Amino acid sequence: MKSGKFWAWLVFALGAAYFFIPLIATVEFSMRMRRGEYSFDAYKVVLGDARFQATFGYSVLAAVFTIILGVLIVVPAAYWIRLRLPQLRPIVEFITLLPLVIPAIVIVFGYIRMYGSNSPLPFLATDTGTNALLVIGYATLALPYMYRAVDTGLRTIDVRTLTEAAQILGAGWGTIITRVILPNVLIAVLSGAFLTFAIVIGEFTMASLLNRPAFGPYLQNIGANRAYEPAALAIIAFAITWGCMSLIQILSRFAPKSANRPN
Amino acid sequence: MADPFLSIQHVRKSFGATTVVEDFNLDVERGEFVSFLGPSGCGKTTVLRMVAGFEEPSAGTIVVSGKDITRLKPNQRNVGMVFQAYALFPNLTVAQNIGFGLKVAGMPRADIDARVTEMLGIIKLPQMADRYPYQLSGGQQQRIALARAIAPKPKLLLLDEPLSALDAKVRVSLREEIRSIQKKLGITTIFVTHDQEEALSISDRIAVMYGGKAEQVGTPFEIYNRPATKFVANFVGTLNVLEGTVTDAAAGTVRVNSEQVSLKGKLNGSKSGDTLSLALRPEAISLGRQPGRDSSLSGEISEVHFLGSVIRVRVGIGGNTVSLDTFNSPATPPPAVGEKAEISFSSSDMLVLH
Repeated sequence: MKSGKFWAWLVFALGAAYFFIPLIATVEFSMRMRRGEYSFDAYKVVLGDARFQATFGYSVLAAVFTIILGVLIVVPAAYWIRLRLPQLRPIVEFITLLPLVIPAIVIVFGYIRMYGSNSPLPFLATDTGTNALLVIGYATLALPYMYRAVDTGLRTIDVRTLTEAAQILGAGWGTIITRVILPNVLIAVLSGAFLTFAIVIGEFTMASLLNRPAFGPYLQNIGANRAYEPAALAIIAFAITWGCMSLIQILSRFAPKSANRPN
Repeated sequence: MADPFLSIQHVRKSFGATTVVEDFNLDVERGEFVSFLGPSGCGKTTVLRMVAGFEEPSAGTIVVSGKDITRLKPNQRNVGMVFQAYALFPNLTVAQNIGFGLKVAGMPRADIDARVTEMLGIIKLPQMADRYPYQLSGGQQQRIALARAIAPKPKLLLLDEPLSALDAKVRVSLREEIRSIQKKLGITTIFVTHDQEEALSISDRIAVMYGGKAEQVGTPFEIYNRPATKFVANFVGTLNVLEGTVTDAAAGTVRVNSEQVSLKGKLNGSKSGDTLSLALRPEAISLGRQPGRDSSLSGEISEVHFLGSVIRVRVGIGGNTVSLDTFNSPATPPPAVGEKAEISFSSSDMLVLH
């Protein structure tokens, strides 16, 4: 028994070391900008850089639009599949997994071919069109996470009975989705939203190939040309992602407790 | 005669090749409490769901108060419904749950508050307004679901096995409460259950369903005492079934075991020599010869179960076994297994199952 515990702790310690040592090394390196002493100079440089603010702002905005698009597509779709088309679930689950197996570069080249300035749908002919295409692409990349988060949320409530209870009380579809379904899966939707945010903030391939001023290409650019700033940026990006994950945990405490009992 | 309040005419429902409801007909008067009673899969919930609008009939019409609602959507029917699984909205408080239908209907806030308070008073939970469903017991949740269903003053109240998920004690008290509220408000109610005691105790009429059809519609007294079919007789209450042979069709005599029983007027169409299934309720049978009982059969006691106030006795009569209950008397010891016994009954209580 004791020997089992020892090995368990050893594996845990190795895993933690594998995870934390590079992180600590990166933090340590990012603080070495000033010779002979530790400082936050690299962070000051990064945060004071106009390009950081512009690209980060652009990516945040893109993330917000991606989340809105994702919610508008995924929530009604997942709800309808649970309510009326459960036989389609395996097919839809497969489709939502495709972005994990099809590289982003393939998707973006497809977009360029399909929506180039000479195509019938010339998204890429204008900046607005390209931005819209980037948001659509991001929504595709985030689909596996958003769909799974929402579907898991829907699984915790009795979708069919709650829908019928609202219907018989006179509610239409809009009221049912906004006042009954969405509030009960809100935490799941927020989980999906934060995962989407984390994906969009660090995404490089799509933004780079569509030539958009996003945070991902900026990170890559800084990484190629500077010494300490990329380490500081990596830590900042890491903190943002962890912040998102922590928010999911905090918000999940406020989830409505289901009072439904299975038949 | 005035038109019925709810009229279900020739309703049929098929899912693909499977027909779950066949030519279902029922008229319900205003303020009546009608139960659909039947085993699982008999189509009772499907009929209820068609009345609610959740299923569309494959054929037939459903008319409420003179208006054909067969093709109307559930939210256009002004029908209230209570579900087996409560179906309270977990994100809303009790008051918000009860006021949901009123808010959807666009009622002013002050009127909603007044109606919610009134409803909480009716269901005797006035202090629960700010609680969430997860903070309530099953019985309390179902009362809130009832209040929510009747708050918008629906024309019709549908109860889909609302007591099934509750424990026995709560089930009895809540069913009495449901009936009392229903009588007080005079709301026409359809109650679906597979529990015969529930149906018998609170209904004005019962529709016993089997294989997608109404086998018999009648008052609890009629259903229990004059079952129209073998299924109804078997499904409602406990029944002792004895095999008998018609000895003289004209005189109405039947031989059970080796004894003659007179069933004059009940043999409609049977010929001498025919084998019949005869049924007796346990409460129609007495142990030993009793005054006023014109028939008797002899046998041997095979089982005795002491249940406190009642002693359940099983008597073997030829190839049949008859179950009967006698009241416990401290002065008289219960009969012993293996004793010879005579049972007596009135032939008028004997049912011929067709």
